[in-house]
Amino acid sequence: MARITAGVATSHVPAIGAALDNGKSGEDYWKPLFAGYEYSKDWIAREKPDVIILVYNDHASAFSLELIPTFAIGCAESFNPADEGWGPRPVPVVEGHPGLAWHLAESLILDEFDMTIVNRMDVDHGLTVPLSLMFGQPDAWPCKIIPLAVNVVQYPPPTGHRCFNLGKAIARAVASYPEDLKVVVFGTGGMSHQLQGPRAGLINKQFDNAFMDQLISDPKAQSGVSHLDYVREAGSEGIELVMWLIMRGALSDKVCVKHRFYHVPASNTAVGHLILESEG
Amino acid sequence: MSQKPYHDIPGTILFDAEQSRAGFHLNQFCMSLMKADNRAAFKADERGYLDQWPMTEAQKQSVLRRDWNGMLALGGNIYFTSKIAATDGLSFQQIAAIMSGVTQPEYAAMMLAGGRSIEGNRYK
Repeated sequence: MARITAGVATSHVPAIGAALDNGKSGEDYWKPLFAGYEYSKDWIAREKPDVIILVYNDHASAFSLELIPTFAIGCAESFNPADEGWGPRPVPVVEGHPGLAWHLAESLILDEFDMTIVNRMDVDHGLTVPLSLMFGQPDAWPCKIIPLAVNVVQYPPPTGHRCFNLGKAIARAVASYPEDLKVVVFGTGGMSHQLQGPRAGLINKQFDNAFMDQLISDPKAQSGVSHLDYVREAGSEGIELVMWLIMRGALSDKVCVKHRFYHVPASNTAVGHLILESEG
Repeated sequence: MSQKPYHDIPGTILFDAEQSRAGFHLNQFCMSLMKADNRAAFKADERGYLDQWPMTEAQKQSVLRRDWNGMLALGGNIYFTSKIAATDGLSFQQIAAIMSGVTQPEYAAMMLAGGRSIEGNRYK
């Protein structure tokens, strides 16, 4: 049977990808950021997941305003890195897992989560930067990846509560897949940041760290935090943090914290990172 | 504009239904700049390119003037308007500095020092 063993949370700041792609990761500005992921690369090399379910958001790359799915699951054989206006990132093509992805789509819809099924989609930095942070710069990504795109561009995104429960439904769906697969769920985006208007550059370390504390210890309580609180406290783009709740919902109630990292800044953004293993 | 609970947050325009309806054509114009041919056509004749889109005159003027906050007020979304910045060769941090009324070095220094503080920035 397939099983979810662990969850990874990480910010997905585009400048991190650009720093790696342009050979700047050794510069003083970036060194402390990448140092925070050294453990993570060793961890995932040991963990060897067969499949990653990667929760992220598209940033007006695959989805314009013509079509705005709240939850979209990528069921294709593969996904190309998107051209975000300066050419696609020089990273490997993302290989999907159509078998598990379609099983997830069917199971989730019957479990009353009405997923949008996507058979062709380019994936932007929201998906590829977390892979780069965890795997570095390989010739091919070492496992299959199922993109799960969440709308956080058009307000309102799905609620934290809805995201948390989607994570639980993902856990049920994975557990009913007959193939013996080790699955890790990524929740990406955040932490506090605002990219627009006179309040651009907002960072709230206290909110970010309280979020991580409660996500670990009492995710149900965290799932009740309102959009207004995220936007006010963590910035208009900090609301991406609801995606971490999907990852957390897919894990056991109690988790073992393998790694925790926080760093300000990466360009305009506070970077947070967690590795959590399910217990029992 | 109707009153929403988040309208008391300073310096922030949420891209809600009202903004999205107002900004649809502005944002779809921005989306067209994902293609190199369109970027070239826009750069060659900005006004002519904008006139192909059913945008309001105020929206067109905000683009021509690179009034980044003005575009947001008229329904632009930052992930879309940043495509104009990319076309201009500006980084996200450069337009963030302009939108918050400081120079890019000042903005970068603020971020290195921990970012804009939440204190005093929760309510209008």
